[in-house]
Amino acid sequence: MIEKNIHFEKNDSWKKIIGIYVILIIFCAITLYPLLNVLSVALRPGDQLFSTSLRIIPADATLDNFRKALFETDLLIWLKNSLIVSSLTAIIGVFISITAGYAFSRFSFWGRKVGMMTFLVTQMFPAPMLLLPMFIILVKLKLMNSFLGLLIPYVAVSVPFSVWMLKGYFDTIPKSLEESAYIDGCKVWQVMYKIVLPVSTPALAITGLFSFMTAWSEFVIARIILTSAEKLTLPVGLVNLQGSFSAEWGTYSAAALITSVPVIILFISLSRYLVGGLTVGGVKE
Amino acid sequence: MSGKGRLVGKNTPYLFIAPAFIVMAIMVFYPLGYGFWLSLTNMSLRTFKNPGFVGLQNYIRVFQDPEVLSTFIRTIIWTFVNVFFHVTIGLFLAILLNRKLPGKSILRVFLIIPWAMPQYIAALTWKGMFNQNFGAINLMLGWFGIENLPWLSDPQLTFYAAIITNIWLGFPFMMMISLGGLQSISADLYEAADIDGASPWRKFKDITLPLLKPTLTPAIILGTIWTFNMLNIIIILAGGYGNKETQILVTDVYRLAFNFYRYGFAAAYSVLIFAFLLIFSIIYVKKSNIFKEESI
Repeated sequence: MIEKNIHFEKNDSWKKIIGIYVILIIFCAITLYPLLNVLSVALRPGDQLFSTSLRIIPADATLDNFRKALFETDLLIWLKNSLIVSSLTAIIGVFISITAGYAFSRFSFWGRKVGMMTFLVTQMFPAPMLLLPMFIILVKLKLMNSFLGLLIPYVAVSVPFSVWMLKGYFDTIPKSLEESAYIDGCKVWQVMYKIVLPVSTPALAITGLFSFMTAWSEFVIARIILTSAEKLTLPVGLVNLQGSFSAEWGTYSAAALITSVPVIILFISLSRYLVGGLTVGGVKE
Repeated sequence: MSGKGRLVGKNTPYLFIAPAFIVMAIMVFYPLGYGFWLSLTNMSLRTFKNPGFVGLQNYIRVFQDPEVLSTFIRTIIWTFVNVFFHVTIGLFLAILLNRKLPGKSILRVFLIIPWAMPQYIAALTWKGMFNQNFGAINLMLGWFGIENLPWLSDPQLTFYAAIITNIWLGFPFMMMISLGGLQSISADLYEAADIDGASPWRKFKDITLPLLKPTLTPAIILGTIWTFNMLNIIIILAGGYGNKETQILVTDVYRLAFNFYRYGFAAAYSVLIFAFLLIFSIIYVKKSNIFKEESI
């Protein structure tokens, strides 16, 4: 009984604790199953793709689908394209958001409240409302089927959220840190660069991750803008690959695992910052 | 502070905001204005170069279209069912996780997997699982003697499949938000309630819910807007532009614009969707009072 009090809430009965574990494990099974299902299909040999077995690891598991995905499809090209577009989105997006977030956090100026509200309200626009004019503008600028044509909307989509996240984080940094630097005669951008940014690494990482993920997972805009095979990003490529439910199913599953597992690992390793990060950025003024 | 006042010029804040503002102006504010103008024209693939001004004609047509109402009702059902389950499942799991529990961090990691999985991969994976003959869903339903359901060929069932997929995708976000909110509630309050002999339901209703409100309300507003505007799941599950009976408002606009090239009409349609969302958000924010004491 003494041991129980250390590890569990003191008022919980054993029945309640077991009940809680059972419920949580059932939900974990629900969240994990689709991933295990992809794994199972990816490991099936070609002649067993259409199997009615629900075993996770098939009897004669093979890595053949992974070989096919890597070398017989354009997966590596899509990976490269997505890496370029997503990294640039994250880098440019975070750079642009740092200065704006800092200004909203530290300076009082005319138009501050309205400016912040404007950034927040942009989250409310339905995608097609912006998508259609964006599309027509990009056609007129002759940016269709180019990475720049993807990059501009992606950065625009990620900036408002990043500004709010960073502003929320900067608010938590004591101003006294900067004041001594001002007294020493530093200029404002030096203070920001030398003092504020180094202590903001977790926030910069999370903001970068969100911008990266926005671009990495974006399908609807990419599908409209990209037309030639060598320019496709992962989402468009993979959706085309799965297309109709056919013999490509095993290859698709292997490709999906290659694509999503690194992202899932990255996301999960940063997840402990997420609880604090989201609360600070979203709720605190 | 005087040092700061001297060194930070009057225009510095504006210079700092300028880059973000310019990006937003090019890709958000200008397109908004442009979209509004488009809604007053008859632009289509045919009239792309020289669209004519038609006034409010597109708006009148949206209201006259008999199918818009049924799509609107479907969108409301879609949004309500999804957000309801996102919040209830998310809050329920957060309450279970917000206690001393060995192994809880690993359980939490498994529970946020749907959020970490790229959305389109999740949608494609569920599409595979909904396959009529070989998908896991029908194989499992088979255990209960339910015959193979044509999830992806019957529009009504496709819509249910999309709802199931979207509920799966969305509850981890609400769980994380709720968990953050729960951690800020002082344990003393519950101890005091215990001394008064309050039931678990009373504690939930009178302590947990009111104190979670400032955290949950913005999340619910955002979640509603995201769900209302969710394109990916329906487009991917329904296989492209899909069937009329699977559409929600935004996928219908997407279809009208990029499949039927009716740009002017689609623009008017999306202006109306935006107006609806804006009114919803204003009423919700006003009713829930969350921004009242804040300085923004």
